[in-house]
Amino acid sequence: MRLSYPFLLALSLTAAPAALGNDLPRHNVPDSKDGNLVVGLCDGETSVEVKGVKPGEPMTRKQGQAIADALMKEWQRKHPDGGWLAAEATGGSASQVPEPQSPASAQFQTYGAFTERDKEIWKESTERLVAEGKRIFHDAKALGGTIAISCDMCHPDGSNTHAETYPKFQTQLGRVALLRDMINWCIENPVRGKPFPDDDPRLKALEAYMLAQRKGAVLDYGKH
Amino acid sequence: MAHKSIETKYYEERASFFEDLKVVGALSRRGFLQIAGVSAGIAAAKGLIVPQSFQLIEIANAAPSIAPFTVAYVSDTHLYTRNVNDRFIRSAVKAVEDVNALDPQPDFVLFGGDLAQLGRREELDLGAQILKDVKAPVKMMVGEHDWFLDMGAHWQELFGPPQYSFDHKGVHFVTLMSVNEKDFWTARGMTPEERMQTVAGLDNGVQSRFEVGPEGRDWLAKDLAALDKATPVVIFSHSPLYKYYHNWNFWTDDAEEVQAILSKFDTVSVIHGHTHQLLLNRIGNISFYGLLSTAWPWPYAPEGLPKLTVQMNRADPFDGFDGCGDGQLNILASGMVDKVYNLWNRNPVTVRASYLSSGGAQDRPPAVTLPSY
Repeated sequence: MRLSYPFLLALSLTAAPAALGNDLPRHNVPDSKDGNLVVGLCDGETSVEVKGVKPGEPMTRKQGQAIADALMKEWQRKHPDGGWLAAEATGGSASQVPEPQSPASAQFQTYGAFTERDKEIWKESTERLVAEGKRIFHDAKALGGTIAISCDMCHPDGSNTHAETYPKFQTQLGRVALLRDMINWCIENPVRGKPFPDDDPRLKALEAYMLAQRKGAVLDYGKH
Repeated sequence: MAHKSIETKYYEERASFFEDLKVVGALSRRGFLQIAGVSAGIAAAKGLIVPQSFQLIEIANAAPSIAPFTVAYVSDTHLYTRNVNDRFIRSAVKAVEDVNALDPQPDFVLFGGDLAQLGRREELDLGAQILKDVKAPVKMMVGEHDWFLDMGAHWQELFGPPQYSFDHKGVHFVTLMSVNEKDFWTARGMTPEERMQTVAGLDNGVQSRFEVGPEGRDWLAKDLAALDKATPVVIFSHSPLYKYYHNWNFWTDDAEEVQAILSKFDTVSVIHGHTHQLLLNRIGNISFYGLLSTAWPWPYAPEGLPKLTVQMNRADPFDGFDGCGDGQLNILASGMVDKVYNLWNRNPVTVRASYLSSGGAQDRPPAVTLPSY
């Protein structure tokens, strides 16, 4: 078995005894008579002296691998029946491995670690985008319209915009259209404005409003 | 005894007559005519008349004998001035041309309200000018878009009082002012423009709901007080006079009170604007017909659609005239109304009076193929 280089780095750090507080586990490695570097294993017991290397001096990868091999050989000598992986998991020797425990009630990861308060904040942010879409939807000027026509005049509450049916083949266009294609069609024609670029925040807000109005509707793309 | 409409009685009497024939025995057509003739003779002797071959009706209850006539309508033009938007002007002119092309000409033309979009003097003047081209006499009705900038001042200068009645060929017509709203603007410190803009929007919860109001209801009750219950009554109202969808103000808050006033009549039809769609309803013996707009169609509301409504197909957004139109009311001999929805660029849809009076059992209009989402 070969140990990786970062593992050795961790070993070296635990080998610096003086800085550790009393409440933390300590691994006091024996001093070298020649002032050589002594490296301790994470079992808190095993150590090896690195001949020809003083503390703080650089080492080659080959030297580092030799240290790791020596430590492992010593550990295996002490634990002829021991499982190294189990010992590694508990940070101690194989004899200290606890009995298997029942699993935690829920999985945990940093990404999923949010609170109800977080959710409220996110909801508020989303609603703000929807509200901005609603404002533009009801405002001919905000739409860039030139003939005092706003979306709500034909689509109160976003009705008959059926966001859930896109993409679909729009027969009048002769091609498959996304909701945004239809938004832009309406802006250009009945509203007589200029179509919004794809990354226009107004277009994003309008999409957000129309989708929000169809919350709960079954997604049914392609429906006519 | 529960009140029965003239058409309910008609069907009951007809059924009863044929039931009697069954008692007599299986009859040939000749036998039927003999029986009918004998019945007629007896009826004549008893002071009854036979207005139709199979129907005996006492004179006191007789259906009014009306010479059928036609009324055309144009509604909800929502005009902006020409410098703002000429699309709605073109639509209004198109409707006027439609009406003028009718042959024979209608007895008169109803304008169903919302002549203007934002109640401006220039918009109303423009509308008045366009309607001057109508060859037949025009009866005006007010809509909320005409009213809430100056509370009806200029509209009344142009067209007179918003509430009036008249008789025509045996039918009593009433034009109701049904777009009153309780004051929502003073407390909010709104300008007249803000008030108008708020009322002009459908999907805002700020404005009050429409109502005829206590004064209007008193006026209506008095107007109808002297009429015989057999007189056919046709009500023109901008608001639907029933409760369809609160959120969009497809709604008349005192609808039940108004319906109660109308319920004593055998034959009542309500012709209303505002909803911009093929819309049908029947409450008690009142038939309701919505008018089309020339400006734009409204989608059907997500709830509250009357069961008897056969939806018109969804409008094509790529066709500025689709889902819009005008139409006619054909007043029948019974005083009931056949309603023609003249949808531009589509086949017209005729709704027979019998469809509503039979509760949807007869003469169902053509089914929708593109219903609302």
